[in-house]
Amino acid sequence: MNVQSFLNTFQASGLETCFHGRHINPQIYAGLNGENWRLKDYEARGGYQALRRILGRDGGEGMTQDQVIATVKESALRGRGGAGFPTGLKWSFMPRQFPGQKYLVCNSDEGEPGTCKDRDIMEYNPHIVIEGMAIAAYAMGISVGYNYIHGEIFHTYDRFEEALREARSAGYLGDGIMGSAFNFQLHASHGFGAYICGEETALLESLEGKKGQPRFKPPFPASFGLYGKPTTINNTETFAAVPWIIRHGGQAYLECGKPNNGGTKIFSVSGDVEKPGNFEVPMGTPFSTLLELAGGVRTGRKLKAVIPGGSSAPVLPASIMMDCTMDYDSIAKAGSMLGSGAVIVMDDSRCMVKSLQRLSYFYMHESCGQCTPCREGTGWLWRVVDRIENGHGKPSDLALLDNVAENIMGRTICALGDAAAMPVRGMIKHFRHEFEHHIDHKTCVVPAYV
Amino acid sequence: MITEATRARFAAEVAKFPPEQKQSAVMACLSIVQQEQGWVSPGSEKEVADYLGMPVMAVHEVTTFYNMYNQAPVGKFKVNVCTNLPCQLRGGAQTLERLCNTLNVRVGETTADGLFTVQPSECLGACADAPVLLVNDRAMCSFMGAERLDRLIDGLRNSESQA
Repeated sequence: MNVQSFLNTFQASGLETCFHGRHINPQIYAGLNGENWRLKDYEARGGYQALRRILGRDGGEGMTQDQVIATVKESALRGRGGAGFPTGLKWSFMPRQFPGQKYLVCNSDEGEPGTCKDRDIMEYNPHIVIEGMAIAAYAMGISVGYNYIHGEIFHTYDRFEEALREARSAGYLGDGIMGSAFNFQLHASHGFGAYICGEETALLESLEGKKGQPRFKPPFPASFGLYGKPTTINNTETFAAVPWIIRHGGQAYLECGKPNNGGTKIFSVSGDVEKPGNFEVPMGTPFSTLLELAGGVRTGRKLKAVIPGGSSAPVLPASIMMDCTMDYDSIAKAGSMLGSGAVIVMDDSRCMVKSLQRLSYFYMHESCGQCTPCREGTGWLWRVVDRIENGHGKPSDLALLDNVAENIMGRTICALGDAAAMPVRGMIKHFRHEFEHHIDHKTCVVPAYV
Repeated sequence: MITEATRARFAAEVAKFPPEQKQSAVMACLSIVQQEQGWVSPGSEKEVADYLGMPVMAVHEVTTFYNMYNQAPVGKFKVNVCTNLPCQLRGGAQTLERLCNTLNVRVGETTADGLFTVQPSECLGACADAPVLLVNDRAMCSFMGAERLDRLIDGLRNSESQA
C-alpha cells in the first residue's frame, strides 16, 4: 500500500462519526449521517431553497435586500465566532451603494483551543455554508467572496473546494445565478498555522498574502476591508444558520432559542467527558443537558470546572456552571463568555495551575508580536504560571499575575491580549487556593495529573 | 526547481484573486512547494516571489510568520502532535512521549534514517477527536492513543519500505 492510501484508510478508520443522539432540534446538522455532504444530498434536505426564494425563482416575488437583512435582524442571530455581535446589524453596516468592489469573507480559521465545530460543518454540510454566503452576498450587494479555512484541516479544505465546484456547475454560484441578475463568485483560501488569523483584520492581511498581524480599528472592515474595500466577515456557523432563517422566518429562529439569543448553537465538548463531540442544541439549553448528551463526566469522576467558550473564556467552577444555560446572556452573567461555544470539561483529577500553564504557553506562542503589552505580557504570564506549577512560585506571584493581566487588557490592537489575560484572572479568581497551595507547599492539591 | 505541473497548481490559486492581487496566492503557493519538496528553501521563496511579482522578503515574512512552513528540511513524515489543553486532558502529552520513545528521538528531532520528524503543535482544531496529530501538514489523525499511534508508525514504515 502506498503512503497516501495507507493514510487515507488510517484516517477514516479513526472517525466514528455518529450524529445519532447528539443533537436537540438541529438546524445545521439536521439529517446528516457523515456521508451525505454532496449537492444532491443537500438539495434533498431542502438545500438552496432559501436562495431560490430570495431570488424569486420558486414562483414567488423574491425578497429585497432590506427584507433579507430585516429577517436576519428579527432572528436575533449573533456571530458564532466568539464575539456574538448581532449579524443583521453587521450586515446593515455594509455600504450597499458603494460603487466599487465589495467583499464577503467567511472566517473558518477555527483555532481557539476547544473549538472544532466549523470543521464538522464544512466536512459534513459544506453547501449550507455556500448557500448562507450567497444569501449574505445578495443582501449586501456583494459579488465576490472568500472562505478562509485554517491550514490544519486540508481534508476539509479539499472537500469545500469540491462543494464549490458542484455549486458552480449547478448554477448556484457564478454569473446570473438561477437565471437572475445576481452574480456571486466564491473561492476557498487557506491559512498555514497562525491562531491570530482568526482575528478578522489579521485574516484579511493573510488573505492579502501577508503575515497575519491585526489592523488598528477604526477603520472597520465595513469601510476598509479586503484590499481596502468594504468587507463583511462572518463565522462559518453564522453563515450556516442563514438558510434556515430565510426558509422558516426570523421569528421561528428566535423562538427556537431564547430572547436575544436566537436559534441553535453548536457546542464542541472536549476534555473529561465520555463522548466528546459537537452537539447542536437550542440556545438556552441547560448546561446539565449538554453534559448529558456528551455522556457525562468521565466514569468515576466528578465535575470540577468548565471553560465554557473556548480557551479565552474565564473558567467557571462546577457549582456555578451547573446552574447555567448555554446562551450568551447566562454565561456572561456567570462571569465568563459563550465565545465560540467550545466547552472544555475538567474533572476532579485536574490541577488548575497545570491547565493554565498550558493555556498561557499557547497565548505566548501565538502572540503576533505587534503590540508590546501582549508580546511581553503573554511571556510574563506564562513564565510566572510555569514557575508556580514547577514549585518555584513566590508569595507575590499572584499579585504579579494580576498586575501583568491588568497591563495587557485593553491596551492592544486586537483581542488576543485580553484573551491571554482573562483565563489567568478567571483561574485565580475561582481556584486561588490551588495556586496558593502550589506556592506554599511546592506540590499540587490534586493527586498526580493523569 | 519549480516544474510546469507545479506552475499549473500555482495558476489555479492565482486565478481566485483579482489580477492585481496575485500576492494573495502566496500562502497556497508556498504550501504547494512544501508538499512537493518537503520544505520551503530560500531558492523556492525566490521562485514564488518571481512568479507572483512580489519582493522575496515579503515571501520570507510569510514563511517565517506561519507555524506550518518548514524552513529547513524535515523527515519524510513530519508528525505534529497537539499538546494544547483539550488534547492534554486526553493524553496528548503521553502520545508525544510515546512517539519520541518509539522513534528514539527528542521533540523537534528527526530519526537517523530520515523517516520521521517529531514536533509538538498548538491546537489543530479537532478537539473532540483528542488526542490528534497531523502527518505532513495534510493528514489529520484522530483518537491517537497508544494502540493507534503504534499502528500509524508501523503503517508509515511499511508503506515506505514497499515504495
